[in-house]
Amino acid sequence: MADLYTVNKSPFEKNSLADAIKFSTDGAAILLIEDGVYGATKGTAVESLVTGASGKKFYALKADVKARGIAEDRLIDGVELVDYAGFVDLVEATDKVQAWL
Amino acid sequence: MKLAVQVNEGPYQHQASDSAYHFTKAALEKGHEVFRVFFYHDGVLNGTRLTTPPQDDRNIVNRWVELAEKHDLDLVLCVAAAQRRGIVDDGEAERNGKDATNIAPKFRISGLGQLIEAAIQCDRLVVFGD
Repeated sequence: MADLYTVNKSPFEKNSLADAIKFSTDGAAILLIEDGVYGATKGTAVESLVTGASGKKFYALKADVKARGIAEDRLIDGVELVDYAGFVDLVEATDKVQAWL
Repeated sequence: MKLAVQVNEGPYQHQASDSAYHFTKAALEKGHEVFRVFFYHDGVLNGTRLTTPPQDDRNIVNRWVELAEKHDLDLVLCVAAAQRRGIVDDGEAERNGKDATNIAPKFRISGLGQLIEAAIQCDRLVVFGD
């Protein structure tokens, strides 16, 4: 598997999600944590960042999604929820981890 | 897997301390080795034992200490960042003529070389904070 990118800021605040998608290679895993999870919600002005990205797999940290009151049915299709143990598994499954700031 | 964790933000200001703690705990519970947690920039504020949050709030500092006691974690504060922010151990108090220390148990103050060493030694370096 390619690399894991973590994105911790909302796409309404920073361009880090757009940049992570742009600069990551095919097969990359992009994990949304903290305010980054807002990028995984359906029906927003920036939804197409995720829905239009090909060759990337998106994950969102469940605890952070829950903490922000985002119901699971509001997540973009194909975004997989992981818990912290799943975060650890992603780190192990990928070649390296890049916190995208 | 051998892991290093870097924390760049202070507690109660940014979620990074919480994210890093929960990640580290999950990794240890899965049986992975956490070689070192390195606290840089405002992250060094995770290491003052004088922190006194309200009783119904999480105590981020004590939480690190307890995790370190349970798993013999190496919690390292960057020395230059610690000096700027007034995090002091016995050695720093002596060297800089300070009248008190405030470092929490299980934490130690050392140099940036410790971060580089951790990055070289470990399979992965996971960074939290901006």
